Amino acid sequence: MKLNLLVRFMVGFFLLQSVISSAEEARPLQADVVVEAQVQRLSEELRCLVCQNQTIADSHAELAQDLKQEIREMAAKGMSDKAIIDYLVARYGDFVRYRPPLKASTLLLWLGPFALMLAGAIGLVVMLRRREKMVADKPLTAVEARKVRELLDKDS
Amino acid sequence: MKRFLLPLIIFLVMVGFLAVGLHLDPREVPSPLVGKPAPVFNLPLLDQPEKNFSPKEMLGQVWLLNVWASWCGACREEHPLLVALSKAKLVPLYGMDYKDTRAEAQQWLKEGGNPYIANAMDVDGRVGIDYGVYGVPETYVIDKFGVIAYKQIGPITGQVLSSKIMPLVERLQAQ
Repeated sequence: MKLNLLVRFMVGFFLLQSVISSAEEARPLQADVVVEAQVQRLSEELRCLVCQNQTIADSHAELAQDLKQEIREMAAKGMSDKAIIDYLVARYGDFVRYRPPLKASTLLLWLGPFALMLAGAIGLVVMLRRREKMVADKPLTAVEARKVRELLDKDS
Repeated sequence: MKRFLLPLIIFLVMVGFLAVGLHLDPREVPSPLVGKPAPVFNLPLLDQPEKNFSPKEMLGQVWLLNVWASWCGACREEHPLLVALSKAKLVPLYGMDYKDTRAEAQQWLKEGGNPYIANAMDVDGRVGIDYGVYGVPETYVIDKFGVIAYKQIGPITGQVLSSKIMPLVERLQAQ
């Protein structure tokens, strides 16, 4: 009984300890939480130009860190998502955005997959129609019917 | 014969796309800054920290701004070319030392020769962001009105210099 109590006490002590130590880690202010959320949201939308196939959020390249810092400062100043993205697009071009804007030069990029799907669907329908015509029902002649019966009987 | 025609056409179109794709450099991102005024800055000089350099001083001249760093390997590739260019005295060449330390930058210029009229120190890379720098070296051709006319990403090669940069500089100087 006593041992049980001791174990319980120790477990409780360690649990408490972990709560305390986690509470000691950066405890952001309310304003910081909003800013950090904005930084996180934006850095997942923006491309790291050094590594190209990573977002700024994923990248450990120095430029990505710098850009994140820049975004953090702009966010702290209360700039909107759009204003921050525009700021970066003005410097690095549309390529910095992971979701390219819909405009004349990106029309193929946005509509290409749908065009391909449409072409595929049309192709499929055409093919199926053609095949349907090929196997149109035609009554068997007497000779054919006998041959079929023969073949079927042989099998079973 | 006719049934092979369509697959053949599709095949040829794809070969065309892939062939073009092979020759594209994905690192060459078109800069939105070309045709826009060079971003303003005022940065301390590498050799005289008490003095500053600003692109405003260069209004009325066609000039080159080369972004480099002592830690940058590709900068070493283009360096001899820059030294030769500065000796020819065809166009003023200024440097921007990007995210570097003064001691290392000075050491590197001592070793490789200093082609620059002056170097601005962008220690924290802030001005670099304004210029859309993402891969050093980068070189900007800036015209008499302070507008960026061309941006070279990555090292300058003899071919780029003779076929693109110098003809452009001559054209801009004649303006």
